[in-house]
Amino acid sequence: MRQRVADELGRMLDRDDRLVVVLAAISTGQFASARARHPQRVIDVGIREQALIGVAAGLAHAGLRPVAHTFAPFLLERPFEQLKMDLCQQGLGAILVSIGASYDFPEYGTSHFCPEDVALLDTLPGIEVHVPGHADEAVTFLRKMVPEDGIGYLRLSEATNARAEPTPPGGMRVLRSGAAGSVLAVGPMLDPVVAAVEGLDVTLIYANTVRPLDEATVLASLGRPAVAVVEPYLAGTSVGVISQSLGHIPHRILGVGVTRRDLRRYGSRREHDLAHGLDPASLRRTLLDFLVTAGPTPGA
Amino acid sequence: MTTVLPNAATVPASVPSRIVGYEGLGGLLDLISGDGKHSSASTSTLDVLWVLYDRILEVGPQTVGDPSRDRFILSKGHGPAGYYAVLAAKGFISAELLAEFGSFNSPLGHHPDRLLVPGVEVSSGSLGHGLAIAVGVAAGLRIQGRLKPRVICLLGDGELEEGSNHEALWLASIHRLSSLTAIVVDNRSSELGWPGGVDAPFAAARWQVERVGAHDQAALEVALRRRCETGPNLVVAATYPGPVPE
Repeated sequence: MRQRVADELGRMLDRDDRLVVVLAAISTGQFASARARHPQRVIDVGIREQALIGVAAGLAHAGLRPVAHTFAPFLLERPFEQLKMDLCQQGLGAILVSIGASYDFPEYGTSHFCPEDVALLDTLPGIEVHVPGHADEAVTFLRKMVPEDGIGYLRLSEATNARAEPTPPGGMRVLRSGAAGSVLAVGPMLDPVVAAVEGLDVTLIYANTVRPLDEATVLASLGRPAVAVVEPYLAGTSVGVISQSLGHIPHRILGVGVTRRDLRRYGSRREHDLAHGLDPASLRRTLLDFLVTAGPTPGA
Repeated sequence: MTTVLPNAATVPASVPSRIVGYEGLGGLLDLISGDGKHSSASTSTLDVLWVLYDRILEVGPQTVGDPSRDRFILSKGHGPAGYYAVLAAKGFISAELLAEFGSFNSPLGHHPDRLLVPGVEVSSGSLGHGLAIAVGVAAGLRIQGRLKPRVICLLGDGELEEGSNHEALWLASIHRLSSLTAIVVDNRSSELGWPGGVDAPFAAARWQVERVGAHDQAALEVALRRRCETGPNLVVAATYPGPVPE
Protein backbone atom coordinates (compact mmCIF):
# COMPACT_ATOMS: atom_id res chain seq x y z
CA MET A 1 0.00 0.00 0.00
CA ARG A 2 2.85 2.37 0.87
CA GLN A 3 4.71 1.81 -2.40
CA ARG A 4 1.49 2.16 -4.41
CA VAL A 5 0.77 5.48 -2.72
CA ALA A 6 4.35 6.66 -3.25
CA ASP A 7 4.17 5.71 -6.94
CA GLU A 8 0.84 7.46 -7.36
CA LEU A 9 2.17 10.60 -5.65
CA GLY A 10 5.15 10.45 -8.00
CA ARG A 11 2.84 10.44 -11.02
CA MET A 12 0.75 13.23 -9.52
CA LEU A 13 3.92 15.31 -8.96
CA ASP A 14 4.60 14.95 -12.71
CA ARG A 15 1.25 16.54 -13.52
CA ASP A 16 0.45 18.87 -10.63
CA ASP A 17 2.87 21.76 -9.95
CA ARG A 18 1.04 22.54 -6.74
CA LEU A 19 1.82 19.22 -5.08
CA VAL A 20 4.73 18.88 -2.61
CA VAL A 21 5.67 15.78 -0.61
CA VAL A 22 7.33 16.38 2.76
CA LEU A 23 9.15 13.45 4.33
CA ALA A 24 10.83 13.07 7.70
CA ALA A 25 13.54 10.49 6.99
CA ILE A 26 10.94 7.73 6.55
CA SER A 27 10.01 6.09 3.20
CA THR A 28 12.80 7.94 1.40
CA GLY A 29 13.44 4.71 -0.56
CA GLN A 30 9.83 4.49 -1.72
CA PHE A 31 10.01 8.12 -2.89
CA ALA A 32 13.51 7.95 -4.40
CA SER A 33 12.28 7.94 -7.98
CA ALA A 34 9.83 10.79 -7.43
CA ARG A 35 12.53 12.77 -5.65
CA ALA A 36 15.00 12.25 -8.50
CA ARG A 37 12.43 13.73 -10.90
CA HIS A 38 11.23 16.50 -8.56
CA PRO A 39 14.05 17.39 -6.16
CA GLN A 40 12.39 20.66 -5.16
CA ARG A 41 8.99 19.13 -4.50
CA VAL A 42 10.02 16.05 -2.53
CA ILE A 43 11.46 17.61 0.61
CA ASP A 44 13.09 15.56 3.36
CA VAL A 45 13.20 17.53 6.62
CA GLY A 46 15.12 14.77 8.37
CA ILE A 47 14.18 13.57 11.84
CA ARG A 48 12.36 16.81 12.63
CA GLU A 49 8.68 16.02 13.00
CA GLN A 50 7.61 19.37 14.45
CA ALA A 51 9.14 20.98 11.38
CA LEU A 52 7.45 18.35 9.19
CA ILE A 53 4.06 19.83 10.03
CA GLY A 54 5.23 23.45 10.34
CA VAL A 55 6.91 23.33 6.94
CA ALA A 56 3.85 21.67 5.40
CA ALA A 57 1.73 24.51 6.80
CA GLY A 58 4.12 27.07 5.33
CA LEU A 59 3.97 25.40 1.92
CA ALA A 60 0.17 25.57 2.05
CA HIS A 61 0.47 29.21 3.12
CA ALA A 62 2.50 29.84 -0.04
CA GLY A 63 -0.30 28.32 -2.14
CA LEU A 64 0.96 24.74 -2.52
CA ARG A 65 -0.64 21.42 -1.59
CA PRO A 66 1.57 19.56 0.89
CA VAL A 67 1.53 15.85 1.69
CA ALA A 68 3.29 15.08 4.99
CA HIS A 69 4.33 11.51 5.62
CA THR A 70 5.91 9.41 8.34
CA PHE A 71 4.99 6.77 10.95
CA ALA A 72 1.64 7.57 12.57
CA PRO A 73 3.00 8.40 16.07
CA PHE A 74 5.57 10.81 14.63
CA LEU A 75 3.09 12.34 12.21
CA LEU A 76 0.30 12.99 14.71
CA GLU A 77 1.41 12.58 18.31
CA ARG A 78 4.83 14.14 18.48
CA PRO A 79 3.76 17.28 16.54
CA PHE A 80 0.19 17.34 17.81
CA GLU A 81 0.34 21.04 18.69
CA GLN A 82 1.59 21.78 15.19
CA LEU A 83 -1.53 20.05 13.83
CA LYS A 84 -3.67 22.18 16.13
CA MET A 85 -1.89 25.50 15.60
CA ASP A 86 -0.05 25.36 12.26
CA LEU A 87 -2.85 23.70 10.30
CA CYS A 88 -6.22 23.94 12.09
CA GLN A 89 -5.80 27.36 13.72
CA GLN A 90 -4.26 28.90 10.58
CA GLY A 91 -6.99 27.51 8.33
CA LEU A 92 -4.30 25.80 6.23
CA GLY A 93 -4.61 22.39 4.63
CA ALA A 94 -2.39 19.33 4.25
CA ILE A 95 -2.69 15.65 3.47
CA LEU A 96 -1.30 13.55 6.30
CA VAL A 97 -0.29 10.07 5.15
CA SER A 98 0.75 7.66 7.88
CA ILE A 99 2.22 4.19 7.94
CA GLY A 100 2.44 1.76 10.83
CA ALA A 101 -1.27 1.82 11.75
CA SER A 102 -2.03 0.25 15.15
CA TYR A 103 0.75 -2.34 15.22
CA ASP A 104 1.87 -3.04 11.68
CA PHE A 105 5.47 -3.47 12.77
CA PRO A 106 5.12 -5.30 16.10
CA GLU A 107 8.85 -5.91 16.35
CA TYR A 108 9.38 -2.15 16.86
CA GLY A 109 7.19 -2.02 19.97
CA THR A 110 4.94 0.62 21.50
CA SER A 111 6.85 3.65 20.18
CA HIS A 112 5.74 2.72 16.66
CA PHE A 113 2.15 1.73 17.52
CA CYS A 114 -0.67 4.20 17.01
CA PRO A 115 -4.10 2.70 17.74
CA GLU A 116 -5.12 6.08 19.20
CA ASP A 117 -4.68 8.08 15.99
CA VAL A 118 -8.30 8.49 14.90
CA ALA A 119 -9.48 9.23 18.45
CA LEU A 120 -6.77 11.87 18.75
CA LEU A 121 -7.75 13.55 15.49
CA ASP A 122 -11.35 13.61 16.74
CA THR A 123 -10.28 16.30 19.21
CA LEU A 124 -9.43 18.68 16.33
CA PRO A 125 -11.99 20.32 14.05
CA GLY A 126 -12.69 19.35 10.47
CA ILE A 127 -10.12 16.66 9.69
CA GLU A 128 -11.23 14.10 7.12
CA VAL A 129 -10.12 10.54 7.95
CA HIS A 130 -9.74 7.74 5.43
CA VAL A 131 -8.90 4.15 6.42
CA PRO A 132 -8.41 2.27 3.15
CA GLY A 133 -8.65 -1.51 3.27
CA HIS A 134 -6.75 -1.94 0.01
CA ALA A 135 -4.08 -0.08 -1.98
CA ASP A 136 -6.62 0.75 -4.72
CA GLU A 137 -8.80 2.50 -2.14
CA ALA A 138 -5.79 4.45 -0.82
CA VAL A 139 -5.04 5.68 -4.34
CA THR A 140 -8.68 6.68 -4.82
CA PHE A 141 -8.60 8.80 -1.66
CA LEU A 142 -5.34 10.41 -2.68
CA ARG A 143 -6.80 11.41 -6.04
CA LYS A 144 -9.79 12.90 -4.24
CA MET A 145 -7.79 14.88 -1.66
CA VAL A 146 -4.93 16.30 -3.73
CA PRO A 147 -7.08 18.79 -5.70
CA GLU A 148 -8.79 19.93 -2.47
CA ASP A 149 -7.58 22.35 0.21
CA GLY A 150 -8.58 20.79 3.53
CA ILE A 151 -6.84 18.64 6.12
CA GLY A 152 -7.05 14.95 5.33
CA TYR A 153 -5.62 11.90 7.07
CA LEU A 154 -4.85 8.78 5.06
CA ARG A 155 -4.16 5.82 7.33
CA LEU A 156 -2.09 3.30 5.39
CA SER A 157 -1.69 -0.21 6.71
CA GLU A 158 0.24 -3.38 5.98
CA ALA A 159 -3.02 -5.20 6.74
CA THR A 160 -5.25 -5.27 3.67
CA ASN A 161 -8.34 -7.04 2.44
CA ALA A 162 -7.93 -9.54 -0.40
CA ARG A 163 -9.72 -7.26 -2.84
CA ALA A 164 -10.66 -3.60 -3.02
CA GLU A 165 -14.18 -2.66 -1.96
CA PRO A 166 -14.98 0.60 -3.72
CA THR A 167 -17.26 2.92 -1.78
CA PRO A 168 -19.41 5.81 -2.98
CA PRO A 169 -18.35 9.40 -2.06
CA GLY A 170 -19.54 9.10 1.57
CA GLY A 171 -17.05 6.26 2.06
CA MET A 172 -19.55 3.60 3.14
CA ARG A 173 -21.32 0.70 1.43
CA VAL A 174 -23.99 -1.70 2.70
CA LEU A 175 -22.80 -5.13 1.59
CA ARG A 176 -25.81 -7.11 2.75
CA SER A 177 -28.89 -6.83 4.94
CA GLY A 178 -29.95 -9.04 7.82
CA ALA A 179 -32.32 -9.19 10.78
CA ALA A 180 -30.01 -9.71 13.76
CA GLY A 181 -28.39 -6.26 13.76
CA SER A 182 -25.72 -4.26 11.95
CA VAL A 183 -21.99 -4.87 11.83
CA LEU A 184 -19.87 -2.00 10.53
CA ALA A 185 -16.37 -3.04 9.43
CA VAL A 186 -13.75 -0.34 8.91
CA GLY A 187 -10.90 -0.62 6.39
CA PRO A 188 -8.70 -3.70 6.83
CA MET A 189 -11.18 -5.19 9.32
CA LEU A 190 -13.50 -6.16 6.47
CA ASP A 191 -12.01 -9.56 5.62
CA PRO A 192 -11.83 -10.77 9.23
CA VAL A 193 -15.37 -9.50 9.85
CA VAL A 194 -16.73 -11.19 6.70
CA ALA A 195 -15.22 -14.47 7.94
CA ALA A 196 -16.57 -13.86 11.45
CA VAL A 197 -20.19 -13.25 10.42
CA GLU A 198 -20.39 -16.10 7.91
CA GLY A 199 -23.84 -17.67 8.15
CA LEU A 200 -25.12 -14.96 10.52
CA ASP A 201 -28.19 -12.96 9.52
CA VAL A 202 -26.65 -9.50 9.96
CA THR A 203 -26.52 -6.28 8.02
CA LEU A 204 -22.90 -5.85 6.96
CA ILE A 205 -21.59 -2.36 6.24
CA TYR A 206 -18.12 -1.44 5.02
CA ALA A 207 -16.61 1.99 5.68
CA ASN A 208 -13.24 3.32 4.53
CA THR A 209 -14.01 6.95 5.35
CA VAL A 210 -14.71 7.43 9.05
CA ARG A 211 -14.60 11.22 9.44
CA PRO A 212 -17.01 12.48 8.54
CA LEU A 213 -18.81 9.21 9.13
CA ASP A 214 -21.73 8.56 6.80
CA GLU A 215 -24.28 8.37 9.61
CA ALA A 216 -27.18 8.50 7.15
CA THR A 217 -26.23 5.15 5.64
CA VAL A 218 -25.96 3.52 9.08
CA LEU A 219 -29.38 4.90 9.92
CA ALA A 220 -30.99 4.02 6.60
CA SER A 221 -29.77 0.43 6.72
CA LEU A 222 -30.72 -0.06 10.36
CA GLY A 223 -33.01 -3.00 11.07
CA ARG A 224 -32.79 -4.31 14.59
CA PRO A 225 -31.21 -1.42 16.50
CA ALA A 226 -28.03 -3.20 17.55
CA VAL A 227 -24.81 -1.95 15.96
CA ALA A 228 -21.32 -3.39 16.34
CA VAL A 229 -18.49 -1.20 15.02
CA VAL A 230 -15.30 -3.09 14.24
CA GLU A 231 -12.37 -0.70 13.76
CA PRO A 232 -8.66 -1.45 13.22
CA TYR A 233 -7.69 1.12 15.87
CA LEU A 234 -8.77 1.91 19.42
CA ALA A 235 -12.01 0.07 20.28
CA GLY A 236 -14.98 2.39 20.54
CA THR A 237 -13.45 5.28 18.57
CA SER A 238 -16.59 5.72 16.44
CA VAL A 239 -19.15 4.53 18.99
CA GLY A 240 -19.96 8.05 20.15
CA VAL A 241 -20.50 9.37 16.62
CA ILE A 242 -22.83 6.50 15.67
CA SER A 243 -24.67 6.50 18.98
CA GLN A 244 -25.33 10.24 18.62
CA SER A 245 -26.78 9.72 15.16
CA LEU A 246 -29.09 7.01 16.58
CA GLY A 247 -29.95 9.24 19.53
CA HIS A 248 -33.68 9.25 18.83
CA ILE A 249 -33.81 5.43 18.68
CA PRO A 250 -33.33 3.14 21.69
CA HIS A 251 -30.33 1.11 20.59
CA ARG A 252 -27.50 -1.13 21.68
CA ILE A 253 -24.00 -0.45 20.42
CA LEU A 254 -20.64 -2.22 20.73
CA GLY A 255 -17.19 -0.90 19.91
CA VAL A 256 -14.70 -3.56 18.82
CA GLY A 257 -11.10 -2.75 18.03
CA VAL A 258 -7.64 -2.56 19.56
CA THR A 259 -7.98 -2.80 23.34
CA ARG A 260 -6.33 -0.41 25.75
CA ARG A 261 -4.22 -3.23 27.16
CA ASP A 262 -0.51 -2.48 26.93
CA LEU A 263 0.76 -5.87 25.81
CA ARG A 264 4.48 -5.07 25.96
CA ARG A 265 4.99 -7.68 23.25
CA TYR A 266 6.80 -7.77 19.94
CA GLY A 267 6.19 -10.73 17.61
CA SER A 268 3.86 -10.73 14.62
CA ARG A 269 0.79 -8.80 13.57
CA ARG A 270 -1.26 -12.00 13.76
CA GLU A 271 -0.22 -12.53 17.39
CA HIS A 272 -1.33 -8.99 18.22
CA ASP A 273 -4.64 -9.55 16.39
CA LEU A 274 -5.21 -12.62 18.58
CA ALA A 275 -4.23 -10.78 21.75
CA HIS A 276 -6.73 -8.00 21.00
CA GLY A 277 -9.44 -10.43 19.88
CA LEU A 278 -9.41 -9.19 16.29
CA ASP A 279 -8.96 -12.54 14.55
CA PRO A 280 -12.07 -14.02 12.84
CA ALA A 281 -12.79 -16.62 15.54
CA SER A 282 -12.57 -14.12 18.41
CA LEU A 283 -14.60 -11.57 16.45
CA ARG A 284 -17.31 -14.18 15.84
CA ARG A 285 -17.57 -14.93 19.55
CA THR A 286 -17.72 -11.23 20.41
CA LEU A 287 -20.33 -10.45 17.76
CA LEU A 288 -22.48 -13.48 18.67
CA ASP A 289 -22.39 -12.46 22.32
CA PHE A 290 -23.56 -8.98 21.40
CA LEU A 291 -26.09 -9.76 18.68
CA VAL A 292 -27.59 -13.06 19.80
CA THR A 293 -26.83 -13.94 23.37
CA ALA A 294 -27.27 -10.60 25.11
CA GLY A 295 -30.81 -9.35 25.49
CA PRO A 296 -34.04 -10.44 23.89
CA THR A 297 -34.67 -9.87 20.23
CA PRO A 298 -37.33 -7.14 19.90
CA GLY A 299 -40.71 -8.75 19.30
CA ALA A 300 -39.51 -12.13 20.55
CA MET B 1 -4.74 29.30 -3.08
CA THR B 2 -5.06 28.04 0.46
CA THR B 3 -4.21 31.43 1.92
CA VAL B 4 -7.42 32.45 3.59
CA LEU B 5 -8.15 36.13 3.47
CA PRO B 6 -9.71 37.78 6.49
CA ASN B 7 -13.42 37.55 6.89
CA ALA B 8 -14.77 40.83 5.57
CA ALA B 9 -17.34 40.88 8.36
CA THR B 10 -14.58 41.50 10.89
CA VAL B 11 -13.28 44.58 9.13
CA PRO B 12 -15.55 47.61 9.16
CA ALA B 13 -15.45 48.82 5.57
CA SER B 14 -17.05 52.15 6.36
CA VAL B 15 -14.14 53.42 8.42
CA PRO B 16 -11.43 54.88 6.20
CA SER B 17 -7.93 53.98 7.21
CA ARG B 18 -5.83 56.90 8.35
CA ILE B 19 -2.15 56.51 7.69
CA VAL B 20 -0.12 57.91 10.59
CA GLY B 21 3.60 58.30 11.17
CA TYR B 22 5.84 56.99 13.94
CA GLU B 23 4.91 59.95 16.11
CA GLY B 24 1.30 58.77 15.99
CA LEU B 25 2.03 55.31 17.41
CA GLY B 26 1.84 56.52 21.01
CA GLY B 27 -1.70 57.73 20.44
CA LEU B 28 -2.67 54.44 18.83
CA LEU B 29 -1.14 52.51 21.72
CA ASP B 30 -3.14 54.66 24.12
CA LEU B 31 -6.31 53.48 22.40
CA ILE B 32 -5.50 49.94 23.34
CA SER B 33 -6.95 48.95 26.65
CA GLY B 34 -6.43 45.78 28.64
CA ASP B 35 -3.60 43.83 30.16
CA GLY B 36 -1.39 43.93 27.07
CA LYS B 37 -1.09 47.70 27.19
CA HIS B 38 2.47 48.92 26.92
CA SER B 39 3.82 45.59 28.07
CA SER B 40 7.56 45.14 27.72
CA ALA B 41 7.00 42.54 25.00
CA SER B 42 5.14 45.15 22.99
CA THR B 43 7.50 48.07 23.46
CA SER B 44 10.63 46.01 22.85
CA THR B 45 9.37 45.22 19.35
CA LEU B 46 7.81 48.57 18.45
CA ASP B 47 10.80 50.05 16.60
CA VAL B 48 11.50 46.78 14.80
CA LEU B 49 7.88 46.57 13.66
CA TRP B 50 7.88 50.19 12.57
CA VAL B 51 11.06 49.87 10.52
CA LEU B 52 9.70 46.69 8.91
CA TYR B 53 6.36 48.14 7.87
CA ASP B 54 7.66 51.65 7.12
CA ARG B 55 10.85 50.86 5.24
CA ILE B 56 11.39 47.15 4.52
CA LEU B 57 8.32 45.07 3.80
CA GLU B 58 6.73 45.33 0.39
CA VAL B 59 3.19 44.76 1.52
CA GLY B 60 0.29 47.10 2.14
CA PRO B 61 -3.43 46.98 2.89
CA GLN B 62 -4.15 46.48 -0.82
CA THR B 63 -1.68 43.63 -1.27
CA VAL B 64 -2.34 41.35 1.71
CA GLY B 65 -3.39 38.58 -0.70
CA ASP B 66 -0.82 39.28 -3.41
CA PRO B 67 1.32 36.17 -4.03
CA SER B 68 4.39 38.36 -4.62
CA ARG B 69 4.09 40.31 -1.34
CA ASP B 70 6.73 40.12 1.37
CA ARG B 71 5.60 37.97 4.29
CA PHE B 72 6.05 39.05 7.90
CA ILE B 73 5.50 36.25 10.38
CA LEU B 74 5.19 37.31 14.01
CA SER B 75 6.09 34.09 15.77
CA LYS B 76 6.24 35.67 19.19
CA GLY B 77 2.60 36.73 19.42
CA HIS B 78 2.80 37.97 22.99
CA GLY B 79 2.18 41.65 23.66
CA PRO B 80 0.79 42.44 20.22
CA ALA B 81 -0.27 46.02 21.06
CA GLY B 82 2.65 47.45 19.10
CA TYR B 83 1.88 45.16 16.16
CA TYR B 84 -1.75 46.26 16.05
CA ALA B 85 -0.73 49.91 16.43
CA VAL B 86 1.64 49.60 13.45
CA LEU B 87 -0.99 47.75 11.38
CA ALA B 88 -3.44 50.56 12.18
CA ALA B 89 -0.86 53.26 11.41
CA LYS B 90 -0.26 51.67 8.00
CA GLY B 91 -3.96 51.30 7.24
CA PHE B 92 -4.32 47.51 7.47
CA ILE B 93 -6.91 47.86 10.22
CA SER B 94 -9.07 50.68 11.50
CA ALA B 95 -7.76 52.54 14.54
CA GLU B 96 -11.25 52.25 16.01
CA LEU B 97 -10.69 48.53 16.49
CA LEU B 98 -7.84 49.19 18.92
CA ALA B 99 -10.12 50.33 21.72
CA GLU B 100 -11.89 46.96 21.73
CA PHE B 101 -8.61 45.02 22.07
CA GLY B 102 -9.20 41.65 23.70
CA SER B 103 -12.96 41.86 23.91
CA PHE B 104 -15.35 39.11 22.79
CA ASN B 105 -16.41 40.82 19.60
CA SER B 106 -13.00 42.22 18.68
CA PRO B 107 -10.79 40.63 16.02
CA LEU B 108 -7.80 41.84 18.03
CA GLY B 109 -6.82 39.31 20.69
CA HIS B 110 -3.81 39.11 22.95
CA HIS B 111 -2.43 36.75 20.34
CA PRO B 112 -3.12 37.73 16.72
CA ASP B 113 -5.33 35.58 14.46
CA ARG B 114 -4.64 35.58 10.73
CA LEU B 115 -8.24 34.75 9.90
CA LEU B 116 -9.48 37.79 11.80
CA VAL B 117 -6.94 40.52 11.11
CA PRO B 118 -5.98 41.72 7.61
CA GLY B 119 -2.23 41.62 7.13
CA VAL B 120 -1.57 39.10 9.90
CA GLU B 121 0.15 36.20 8.15
CA VAL B 122 0.24 33.69 10.99
CA SER B 123 -1.91 33.11 14.06
CA SER B 124 0.35 32.82 17.06
CA GLY B 125 0.31 32.40 20.82
CA SER B 126 2.03 29.10 21.30
CA LEU B 127 5.76 29.77 21.07
CA GLY B 128 8.11 28.18 18.57
CA HIS B 129 5.75 27.74 15.62
CA GLY B 130 6.54 30.68 13.35
CA LEU B 131 10.02 29.80 12.15
CA ALA B 132 9.09 26.37 10.73
CA ILE B 133 6.10 27.92 8.98
CA ALA B 134 8.40 30.64 7.63
CA VAL B 135 10.76 27.94 6.33
CA GLY B 136 7.81 26.33 4.54
CA VAL B 137 6.67 29.66 3.08
CA ALA B 138 10.19 30.48 1.86
CA ALA B 139 10.60 27.01 0.32
CA GLY B 140 7.13 27.23 -1.21
CA LEU B 141 7.83 30.59 -2.83
CA ARG B 142 11.12 29.31 -4.23
CA ILE B 143 9.41 26.20 -5.66
CA GLN B 144 7.06 28.52 -7.53
CA GLY B 145 9.93 30.61 -8.86
CA ARG B 146 8.97 33.60 -6.73
CA LEU B 147 12.47 34.67 -5.77
CA LYS B 148 11.80 38.30 -4.93
CA PRO B 149 9.48 38.17 -1.89
CA ARG B 150 11.18 38.10 1.48
CA VAL B 151 9.99 36.08 4.44
CA ILE B 152 10.75 37.78 7.73
CA CYS B 153 10.03 36.04 11.01
CA LEU B 154 10.19 37.75 14.41
CA LEU B 155 11.01 35.69 17.49
CA GLY B 156 11.89 36.42 21.09
CA ASP B 157 14.94 35.28 23.02
CA GLY B 158 12.65 33.47 25.46
CA GLU B 159 10.75 31.83 22.65
CA LEU B 160 14.00 30.53 21.24
CA GLU B 161 14.07 28.01 24.10
CA GLU B 162 11.43 25.95 22.26
CA GLY B 163 13.17 23.07 20.51
CA SER B 164 11.01 23.42 17.42
CA ASN B 165 12.99 26.57 16.52
CA HIS B 166 16.16 24.53 16.39
CA GLU B 167 14.63 22.01 13.98
CA ALA B 168 13.59 24.91 11.77
CA LEU B 169 16.78 26.97 11.89
CA TRP B 170 18.93 24.03 10.78
CA LEU B 171 16.49 23.25 7.99
CA ALA B 172 16.63 26.85 6.77
CA SER B 173 20.40 26.55 6.55
CA ILE B 174 20.42 23.10 4.93
CA HIS B 175 17.95 24.30 2.30
CA ARG B 176 19.85 27.58 1.84
CA LEU B 177 16.75 29.73 2.18
CA SER B 178 18.25 33.11 1.39
CA SER B 179 14.86 34.82 1.22
CA LEU B 180 14.40 34.12 4.92
CA THR B 181 15.35 36.60 7.63
CA ALA B 182 14.78 35.86 11.30
CA ILE B 183 14.76 38.67 13.82
CA VAL B 184 15.33 37.72 17.43
CA VAL B 185 14.35 40.53 19.76
CA ASP B 186 16.61 39.94 22.73
CA ASN B 187 15.09 41.55 25.79
CA ARG B 188 16.55 38.95 28.14
CA SER B 189 13.22 37.21 28.58
CA SER B 190 14.96 33.86 28.66
CA GLU B 191 15.23 33.04 32.35
CA LEU B 192 18.08 30.62 31.80
CA GLY B 193 19.94 32.85 29.35
CA TRP B 194 21.86 31.96 26.22
CA PRO B 195 25.55 31.13 26.79
CA GLY B 196 27.37 32.68 23.83
CA GLY B 197 24.38 34.85 22.94
CA VAL B 198 21.01 34.20 21.31
CA ASP B 199 22.72 34.11 17.94
CA ALA B 200 24.96 31.17 18.89
CA PRO B 201 22.61 28.45 17.56
CA PHE B 202 22.10 30.40 14.31
CA ALA B 203 25.81 31.01 13.89
CA ALA B 204 26.45 27.30 14.41
CA ALA B 205 24.01 26.60 11.59
CA ARG B 206 25.87 29.13 9.44
CA TRP B 207 23.25 31.84 9.26
CA GLN B 208 24.46 35.32 8.34
CA VAL B 209 24.29 37.12 11.70
CA GLU B 210 23.86 40.86 12.38
CA ARG B 211 23.51 42.43 15.81
CA VAL B 212 21.88 45.83 16.36
CA GLY B 213 20.05 47.80 19.04
CA ALA B 214 16.32 47.08 19.20
CA HIS B 215 15.54 50.82 19.23
CA ASP B 216 18.15 51.99 16.71
CA GLN B 217 15.93 52.44 13.68
CA ALA B 218 18.71 53.43 11.29
CA ALA B 219 20.81 50.39 12.21
CA LEU B 220 17.75 48.12 12.07
CA GLU B 221 16.99 49.35 8.58
CA VAL B 222 20.52 48.72 7.34
CA ALA B 223 20.62 45.26 8.91
CA LEU B 224 17.17 44.30 7.60
CA ARG B 225 17.93 45.48 4.07
CA ARG B 226 20.91 43.15 3.88
CA ARG B 227 20.08 39.85 2.23
CA CYS B 228 22.68 37.11 2.07
CA GLU B 229 22.73 35.38 -1.30
CA THR B 230 23.60 31.92 -0.07
CA GLY B 231 21.58 31.27 3.06
CA PRO B 232 19.27 32.59 5.76
CA ASN B 233 19.82 35.83 7.65
CA LEU B 234 19.55 36.63 11.34
CA VAL B 235 19.20 40.06 12.91
CA VAL B 236 19.51 40.13 16.69
CA ALA B 237 17.79 43.23 18.01
CA ALA B 238 18.97 43.68 21.60
CA THR B 239 17.10 45.94 24.02
CA TYR B 240 20.20 46.33 26.19
CA PRO B 241 23.57 47.82 25.39
CA GLY B 242 26.94 46.17 25.65
CA PRO B 243 28.63 42.97 24.62
CA VAL B 244 27.13 39.53 24.34
CA PRO B 245 26.49 38.27 27.88
CA GLU B 246 28.44 35.20 28.90
